[in-house]
Amino acid sequence: MNASRAAFRLFLIPVLLWLFLLIVLPHIDLLIMSLRGKNELREPVWTLQNYMNFFTEPIYWLTFVRTAIYSILTTAITLVIGLPTAFYIAKVGRARMQGFFMILLLLPFWVSELVRVYGWMILLRESGVLNFFLLKLGILHRPVEMLYNDATMIMGLVYTSMLFMVVPLVSAMDSLDDGLIEAACDLGANKLVIWRDIIIPHCKPGIASGCIVVFMLSLGNYLTPNLMGGKNSLWFTEQIYNQFIASFNWNQGSAFGFLLLALSSLIIWAGLKVTGQKLGEAAS
Amino acid sequence: MHNDLNVQNLIKKFGAFKAVDNVSFDVPKGSFFSILGPSGCGKTTILRMVAGFTEPTSGTIAIRGKDMRGVSPNMRPVNLVFQHLALFPMMDVAENIAFGLKRRKMASAEISRRVGDILERVDLPGYGEKRISQLSGGQKQRVAIARCLVLDPAVLLLDEPLGALDLKLREQMKVELKKLQAKVGTTFIYITHDQSEALVMSDVVAVMNKGRFEQAGSPQELYREPATPFVARFVGDNNSWSGEVAERAAKAGDAVTIRTEEGFLFNATAREDCPAKSKVDLFLRPEAIRIEPKERQGLNMMRLGVKAILFDGANSRLLTATPSGHELLVSLPQNRKFDHIRPGETIDAGWHPESGACFAARPDEEAAAAKAARKKATP
Repeated sequence: MNASRAAFRLFLIPVLLWLFLLIVLPHIDLLIMSLRGKNELREPVWTLQNYMNFFTEPIYWLTFVRTAIYSILTTAITLVIGLPTAFYIAKVGRARMQGFFMILLLLPFWVSELVRVYGWMILLRESGVLNFFLLKLGILHRPVEMLYNDATMIMGLVYTSMLFMVVPLVSAMDSLDDGLIEAACDLGANKLVIWRDIIIPHCKPGIASGCIVVFMLSLGNYLTPNLMGGKNSLWFTEQIYNQFIASFNWNQGSAFGFLLLALSSLIIWAGLKVTGQKLGEAAS
Repeated sequence: MHNDLNVQNLIKKFGAFKAVDNVSFDVPKGSFFSILGPSGCGKTTILRMVAGFTEPTSGTIAIRGKDMRGVSPNMRPVNLVFQHLALFPMMDVAENIAFGLKRRKMASAEISRRVGDILERVDLPGYGEKRISQLSGGQKQRVAIARCLVLDPAVLLLDEPLGALDLKLREQMKVELKKLQAKVGTTFIYITHDQSEALVMSDVVAVMNKGRFEQAGSPQELYREPATPFVARFVGDNNSWSGEVAERAAKAGDAVTIRTEEGFLFNATAREDCPAKSKVDLFLRPEAIRIEPKERQGLNMMRLGVKAILFDGANSRLLTATPSGHELLVSLPQNRKFDHIRPGETIDAGWHPESGACFAARPDEEAAAAKAARKKATP
């Protein structure tokens, strides 16, 4: 008993160190930084000015709202595509094929996100593969710029997030007894009712964990919105990047970082509240 | 009297394998019909075809005179109680039972009235609010049945619903199911591999083996007059001997004299035509063997060594062996008359020729297959 407790502590120490040194400590530093500023005499003082800037400058909070809405939209689209995909993998496809499908999903993630996004750019840009074929087939007469708009950016985000939605959904659906679906059908339910009353309620924890991961990944994504959305599709992470790197205003950047953290926490809390779940259940 | 279910020439093939091989039967309204067979005999496939989850390869299934071909499970007037019950864990008891009624777009006041009624009927009044996980095995059972009965199906299908319960509860549920069926009057089709479940509850039992019905009849008929050696082996316990017809040929129902492989000469009754000198199997129920009979006239007598006493209350038996070591089960009536018997002793036992059922020997499937393979190898 004592030995196992000692072992437990031994393994707990690195976890706590990790949490404290890499997550808690930097955040405390960022929090302090976000509350610091300079007065008229250029002396460092405590101030809420960094947070005030966010609310007084429309470009900041508009980008912020945009990012939130688009992240929710991305999550919703990923969920809508992910549910039937996961159902097919877990229930319809043969057991032998399940591993194959999972590898198909996993395969794109063997290359870095940067390469994947460039892949999309090669396909979609004005002189890209898709335009080439559409011109050849005579569907288009003039090449169309398919990159650098919101729709393309969201598609990129959905593509990037798909795996993180499908994996928890597949494992949730695996645990669904086929008998429940058959029983519902036997009692007179059509497909819509089976999805609404049986499959989705059963997969709720999987849906919640998938949505949380996809939402956080989208909200905090920098590469995809930046490369595929271009200048027309501002993402809040780009604002943070600009503050830190371009303007070298670390205080402002920290404040933005904290606002983003508050936003993601708030939306996830609201989401769990609406679906009546606890964070622990969704994460497990 | 009209039938709730007619099944005609039903065949289901999975690839080359015939799971259900030309099965026909009728189930009269309000009866309790069981299909009894070992696992893998095709009984679940029949049930799934009636419920609509599996399409038959050929043959017709008619429910209350209406052909069910192409009708999807959610449109059929039958309901299935699943082997593992398949209660919806995300709903409470009342929601589970209301599920089917809601699909029929019934008014919610009417739904709650009916749910209350059916809960009353399965002796679970006031259980509507409970979660499924709060119920005991037997209660879950009754909820699963209530969930189907509330829809007033033409036929209620039950797929070994007692299989998951422990023995004591199973015994109790057997009686309860029988009572419930009598009370509601719905036609039940019950499939099981447990012969005691089938015998206790059913009006008619069909014994199934390798995709075919071996025999269908009342439990008493099956037990007393098995039509095939399979039924003799499968329904109730039976002792068996291999042997051959000693003298003249016998028609079904006639007396026949058998010489067993260990050299006994027995008088028995032929259940089917047995030509002279042909190989036969002889079956004898444990309770047909009388220990130390007073009247020995006309009985087949043998000396048996007692190997063990298998005490089980009213169902006690003796495990005995003939001099050449053939093991036999003998019923041990608990009337204190045989309390003196001890393992290691030798007893006289006798049985009436009418109790011995004699069938032409059937070379088992493996031997037949091996023979076929040998024939192929040597042209």
